[in-house]
Amino acid sequence: MVWLELLSDYTFQNVVIGASLLGLISGPLGCFAVLRRQSLLGDAISHAALPGICLSFIITGSRDIGGIIIGSLITGSAAALIMLMLTRLSRLKTDAALGACLSIFFAVGIVLLTYIQSTNNASQGGLEAFLFGQAAATLRSDLWVMGSITLVTLLLLAVFWKQAKLVTFDAEYARTLGMPITVIEASLTAMVALAVVVGLQMVGVILMAAMIVAPAAAARQWSRHLGGMLTIAAGVGIVSGVSGATISTLSRGLATGPLIVLTATVIVLISLALAPGRGLLWGVIKHYRQKSALQKQQLLYALYKHTADPSCTPSTLGSRRMLNKLKQQGYLTRSPRGDDGWGLTAQGQEEARRVVAAFEELAS
Amino acid sequence: MATSDLTDTALSIKNLTVSYHNQPVLWDIDLDIPAGVMAGIVGPNGAGKSTLIKSLLGLVPSLSGEVMVHGRPYATQRKRVGYVPQRSSVDWDFPTTALDVVTMGLYGRLGWLKRPGRKERHEAQEALEMVGMSALAERQISQLSGGQQQRVFLARALVQQADVYFLDEPMAGVDATTERAIIDILRRLRDAGKTLIVVHHDLQTVRTYFDWLLLLNVRVIASGKAEEVFKIDHLRQAYGGQIALLNDNESLMFAASKVK
Repeated sequence: MVWLELLSDYTFQNVVIGASLLGLISGPLGCFAVLRRQSLLGDAISHAALPGICLSFIITGSRDIGGIIIGSLITGSAAALIMLMLTRLSRLKTDAALGACLSIFFAVGIVLLTYIQSTNNASQGGLEAFLFGQAAATLRSDLWVMGSITLVTLLLLAVFWKQAKLVTFDAEYARTLGMPITVIEASLTAMVALAVVVGLQMVGVILMAAMIVAPAAAARQWSRHLGGMLTIAAGVGIVSGVSGATISTLSRGLATGPLIVLTATVIVLISLALAPGRGLLWGVIKHYRQKSALQKQQLLYALYKHTADPSCTPSTLGSRRMLNKLKQQGYLTRSPRGDDGWGLTAQGQEEARRVVAAFEELAS
Repeated sequence: MATSDLTDTALSIKNLTVSYHNQPVLWDIDLDIPAGVMAGIVGPNGAGKSTLIKSLLGLVPSLSGEVMVHGRPYATQRKRVGYVPQRSSVDWDFPTTALDVVTMGLYGRLGWLKRPGRKERHEAQEALEMVGMSALAERQISQLSGGQQQRVFLARALVQQADVYFLDEPMAGVDATTERAIIDILRRLRDAGKTLIVVHHDLQTVRTYFDWLLLLNVRVIASGKAEEVFKIDHLRQAYGGQIALLNDNESLMFAASKVK
C-alpha cells in the first residue's frame, strides 16, 4: 500500500499539485516563446528573478511568497525589457544582449544572496533553495497563489487567442490589421515571466528555462495546430512534473526540480525521434526507402540498357543484396549462360521499360 | 483596361522621409497613384522599395510625411488596405493549415473578442479557391511549396476585400505557373476597380505586367503611366552604373514586350 500512503502524504500532494500547475502554465506559454524564437528569453527572465527574490527578502525580511513573486516579476521583466532595448537601440544581436542581461542580473543576484547570508539573519535559511528549487517546501498557500496565476494567465490566453496567434505567426501583418502588437508582444513576454515565477519554488531559477522550452519542443513534434500544440505542451508539462515529483519522493532525497526537467527531456528526446512525420526515425526510414527505390531503378535500367554485356557482375555487397531482392520479387533471374551474370525476366523487362520511359521523360 | 479613372486617387503620399540610423532610405517622396491601376514599384537593390510599402503601412517609423488612402489618412482606412508581405518574413514551420492562415485575414474585421466561425471559414475557403489552392486547404503550411505559400498569403489578403493592395515581391522565388496565376488574379482585381501596388524586381516583365510605374532610388526618379516612365533615361538614372547590364536599350524593350 505504498501508493495509498504516498497519495495521502501532505508534502507529496503539495509537490504533485505544484508540479502540475507548473506544467499547466509553462507548457502553453513556452509554445509562444518557442514559436516567437524567444525561448531563451525565459532563461534570462528566470535568472534575473534571483536578484528580485533577494531584494524582496532584504526589504520585507521574510520569505513570504507574495513579496518574492513581486520582486522576481519586477527584476525578471526589467531584464527582458533591457534585453529588448539593447537589441533595438544598440548594435548588439539578440544572443549577445540576452547573454549579457542574463549573467549580469544573475551575478547581482548571487552577490545579494551572499550578502544576505553574511548578515546571519535567522530567517534567511534556504533562500539559496531558489537556485535549484525546493519542491518539498511548497505550502498549501503557495499552491493557491500558483493556481491563481496559472488560471488568470490561461484565461487571458483563451480570450485573446486570435491576437496571440496572429502576432506570433506574423506580427507585421497583425499591425496592418490594426492590432496593437507592442501591447500583445509585451503581454506574451510578461506571461512567460509569470510562468517563471510559478516555477521558482519547484525547479528554481537555473533550470526553469527547460520547463519553458522542453514541453513546447516536444509538443511541436506531435501537433498540426497551435491549439493542439498548447494542449500537448500542457500535458507534457504536467506528466513530467508529476512523474518527476513521484520519482523524487519514492527515491528519498533526489532533487525534485532536476528530476522534473530530466523527465521532460526524456519526453523531448522520444518526441524528436519518434513523432510521426517529423520524427528523425521516419526521416531515416524514408531516406533508406528512397535510396533503395533509386538503386532498384538504377539496376533495372543498367541491366536493360546493357543486356549484352556479361562483364557487369556485381562487386559490392549492397548491390548484390539488391540483386537478390529483385530476384525474389521476380524481376531478375540468373543469366541462362550459367556464369555469374544476371538477366531480366519478362516482368523485369516491363518494369525496366517503365523506368527508362520515366527517366527519359524527366530528361526531356 | 476596364478602369483607368485617373481622377480618383487611391494612394497619395506627401513628403515621406524614412531613415535608418543616419542614412536616408527614402527621401522626400511625393506620389499619387490613381485608383484602378496595377502599379509597379521598381528600382535597384537598396532603393527602398520594400521600405516604402512598410512605412506607408506604419511598419517602419518615418521621419515625416503623410499617407492618404482614397483621400483619408491611412490610420482610418486600414480596412480598405490589404497587405501581402514577403514570403520569407514568417516562419513557415508554424503549426497551422493553409485555411487557418487565410482566415487570419479576417481577424481585423472580427474585432477583439469574436472568433472566426463557419462563415469566416467559408470566406477563407473561397479565397483559396480563387488562388487555386482549395484542394490544399487542410495542408500544413510547412508542407507547401514556395509558390503555394505565396498563394496562401495572397488569399489571406484577398479575403480582406480591400480596395488597395500592397504586395511585396509576390513573384520572388516562385515557379512560372504561380507567377502566371498571381498575375491573372491581380489583373482580375484591377479590372474590378481595385488598386494594386506591387514591389517588383524583374525589369524584363515590368512592361507587360504594370500599367503604372514608380521608379525609385531613395527618391522618386519617375512615376506615372508605365509607357512614359519605362524609358532608358529614367532607368539609367535609377540604376546608375548597373544599367551597363541592360545597356542594349532596344533589346530590353523588345524582350519585355515579347513576354506576353
